[in-house]
Amino acid sequence: MTHEIALNLVDVHKSFGESQIIRGIDLAVEKGERHAIIGPNGAGKSTVFNLISGYYPLSDGKIELNDQVINGLEPFQINRLGLSRSFQVTNLFSRLSVFENVRCALLWSAGYKYSFWQLVGQQKQLNEKTKEIVDQFNMSHRSQTPVGELSYAEQRALEIGITVAGGAEVILLDEPTAGMSHSETEQAVDLMKFVSEGKTLVVVEHDMGVVFDLADRISVLVYGKIIATDTPDKIRSNKSVQEAYLGQLEEV
Amino acid sequence: MLKRYGVWIAAALILVILPQIFDSGFAITMLSEMCIAIIFALSYNMLLGQGGMLSFGHAVFYGFGGFISIHAINVVNDGGVPIPLELIPLVGGLAGFIFAIPLGYISTKKAGTTFALISLGLVELVVACVLLFPSFFGGEEGVSGDRMLEFSLTGVGFGSGIEVFYLIAFWLIVTSALMYLQTQTPLGRMANAVRDNPERAPFVGYNIHLVRFFQFSLSGFFAGIAGGLLAINYEIVNSEMIGAAASGHVLLMTYIGGVGHFFGPILGAILYTFLHLTLVNITMAGQIYLGVLFIVIILWAPNGMAGIIMVHRPLWQAGLIRGLLPHYLVALAAGLVVFFGAMILVEINYHLSLSIEPDNPIRLFGVEFKANSWPPWIVSIGLILVGFFLLRPIMKNIRLKWDELTREMQKGKFA
Amino acid sequence: MEFYVISLLNSLVFGMLLFMLSSGLTLIFGMMGVLNFAHASFYMLGAYFAFQISQFAGFWTALVIAPILIGLLGAAVERFGLRTVHKHGHVAELLFTFGLAFMIEELILLIWGRVALNYQVPSSLDFTIFRLFESDFPVYRLFMLAISVFIFVVLYLLLTKTRTGIIIQASLTHPEGVGMLGHNVPRIFMLVFGGGSALAGLAGVIGGNYLMTSPSMAILLGPIVFVVIVIGGMGSLTGALIASLLIATLQTFAVGYDYSLIDLLAVFNIELGPEPWFPDLWRIKVENTGPLLPYLLMVIMLILRPKGIMGERES
Repeated sequence: MTHEIALNLVDVHKSFGESQIIRGIDLAVEKGERHAIIGPNGAGKSTVFNLISGYYPLSDGKIELNDQVINGLEPFQINRLGLSRSFQVTNLFSRLSVFENVRCALLWSAGYKYSFWQLVGQQKQLNEKTKEIVDQFNMSHRSQTPVGELSYAEQRALEIGITVAGGAEVILLDEPTAGMSHSETEQAVDLMKFVSEGKTLVVVEHDMGVVFDLADRISVLVYGKIIATDTPDKIRSNKSVQEAYLGQLEEV
Repeated sequence: MLKRYGVWIAAALILVILPQIFDSGFAITMLSEMCIAIIFALSYNMLLGQGGMLSFGHAVFYGFGGFISIHAINVVNDGGVPIPLELIPLVGGLAGFIFAIPLGYISTKKAGTTFALISLGLVELVVACVLLFPSFFGGEEGVSGDRMLEFSLTGVGFGSGIEVFYLIAFWLIVTSALMYLQTQTPLGRMANAVRDNPERAPFVGYNIHLVRFFQFSLSGFFAGIAGGLLAINYEIVNSEMIGAAASGHVLLMTYIGGVGHFFGPILGAILYTFLHLTLVNITMAGQIYLGVLFIVIILWAPNGMAGIIMVHRPLWQAGLIRGLLPHYLVALAAGLVVFFGAMILVEINYHLSLSIEPDNPIRLFGVEFKANSWPPWIVSIGLILVGFFLLRPIMKNIRLKWDELTREMQKGKFA
Repeated sequence: MEFYVISLLNSLVFGMLLFMLSSGLTLIFGMMGVLNFAHASFYMLGAYFAFQISQFAGFWTALVIAPILIGLLGAAVERFGLRTVHKHGHVAELLFTFGLAFMIEELILLIWGRVALNYQVPSSLDFTIFRLFESDFPVYRLFMLAISVFIFVVLYLLLTKTRTGIIIQASLTHPEGVGMLGHNVPRIFMLVFGGGSALAGLAGVIGGNYLMTSPSMAILLGPIVFVVIVIGGMGSLTGALIASLLIATLQTFAVGYDYSLIDLLAVFNIELGPEPWFPDLWRIKVENTGPLLPYLLMVIMLILRPKGIMGERES
């Protein structure tokens, strides 16, 4: 059975000055798949996201989204093609309310572009959709709070909310549960499962519990190279993975 | 209905009534200048407050609006095109908009500090052009025109100041309503988003350069309208209107008023224009006082007057504001002591350095004394020191009281 | 030939003066991210202080004392002003220095009045050092050049040979590297700000009597210095040097040409009618474009190479 490829990285390289951070990555994420990227600190996981989303230019190689080459495009162009990402460090529109944040994330996909002749308050569909997402993330009671005043876990949840709001088909989440307590993490995993239903999800995560719970397939990134891509079970028993990345896997 | 439009109706009523109460020539001039300054400051806040763009060159669009308007008036008078005077500000607005397109496109590629630098370079570029293109800018003396055009939509001749005031007031209401509505549009919201987090905005699909660029161009449009109104008001436009100084004034008034709230620049424009016009008549040191006000605001009240008002709102609504009043009065008294000391110091120095006869006595608050004798120096420096020593514990008390009231308010909420 | 040699020398003198100003500004910006709007005001204060000090202690004392005073003033501004607004971000810092520039100008008006000061080149340096063709070349210009080259060398050595200097330099291209300064960050900020201000003050001391000492001198030179660091590339010292010399050369040489577009068209045997479009445009003479050139250069640079000549980082 052949699967359609949503996101395809071919021989991707990235150097900063002299130092090679990403040393040739090939990765094919299938449509509808939940894919996790794991690896030790400094392996280049966030860099991979920054390359895919157009935040950094590639040094070499190519990246395709639904068979269209996207490297070289600006981040906003890549976003418009249906790829959305979250950030490791919470990255919201700090002085705007929760509701505003979500609405801003919806504006482009709802087709408003740079309109200065429509009032957002009067766009019924837009506001209903916004409210729906705010409710989904259990934040109705915080709807009018400036996001700078939210608790950490709430900010992390909203970070995911903004990422998925625009309805992107491919979603990249960068350490979504970092710094969360155990119960918060559980909620976040449920949330991720829910919002990625029918979509392609790529997630960078340190918490192995989350990874093995969530992922259909796992890629292990060590020092700028992917040493293995496989189902969770096979990754667990993979020799070279154990060698490179032993301690953390045994805990699971 | 009344709740939604009440503020606007009240503002319109005030604008209708004010010149009937204050009907001296000076008062009308001041009111007209205030209204123009409000439009200009609101347009500036579209950049600074809404878009996070600190511009040192906003007067370029104000100035171009003024110059094109005065040329348009002259063209109409020469029988070129029949434009009624009521619509001349629109010509100014279009001029501001059109000039903002190339300049904005270049400068909005950058943000933050670099944007500020570029805006400064661009205003200097335009100022350097003033002398090179005398037939457009009119050289040193500027361009003048006669606003009493043949064409009029309303049948008003605009011969008197009060008629012009009502025209300005009309445009004030229209433009400020439009600028307010603009904050509620997708572009206005995204300008806020780009201001707060230019890193994230591309990942919700927006080209941040274009968001800033559109915001900038619209702001140029409203600045141009303000410039057109100034041209009509004074019937003369000169290079002062377009330069770095005029850009500095609008920055000062907007910031003093407060960039974080829509009504901030309105307060700032009113206060600044008032101080500017009255201080000029009283003292030579007017600019210093405005500068001190600006620095005080930056250091201790970065959200300006509007910010000060808004932080008190919760206490006001909880009915607890009365607890603070006595403390504020004491602080005000101590502040005035410092202020008077500083003022005497400034005034005697100005007298010594700028007046023709420094030996002549100087009059302050009805007291006459010699500026080059030592007692006034001792008195003024003494006042400043005493005031400062008093202020420190007073401010500490205010902070304690503030915390106490806030706690009380929160208790009230949950009780 | 004479024109070229003299103009080149003058460009070098003016260019190095610009660099003395822009190097301090670039260092402050590169390290702290603060664009010091009051930088040219410190330059102006340098000239005024020098005038005042030279009244009773002579030029040479002023040459040493005035920059030190300005440096201390700068350090105080950083310590008691900038640090307070730092938490509100770079725009607030810029606004603060803008207010400071405004206040310094007003205070200078207050203390020294509106007219230009009679701050003159010291008599010991007021003679002609050599005649070149038909023109005299005053020794004071050579002196200015010597001072600015000396400062350039000292700055270079400080930045390449001392530990603090190397860290400062590294943090210009990698601002996150400032963290490596460890617990001394605030002190080094104060040092850089004070040092940069002192350089501006020194430029005022030696430039004030050469150009003019008046309350408008900050406004006249300030924007050009800002343009220098945009053209050179924000935070690049080499870029600032190149841009300083470039702008000085352009401005100095422009004065020598009285051609206009009409003359250019005449070369191609094109004659304009009696009433051409934009009559002013065709009549502008190159010699009058001096004030315009730095800004025009900035616009061209922003379109062709937004990072500036040597810029490595985006803002």
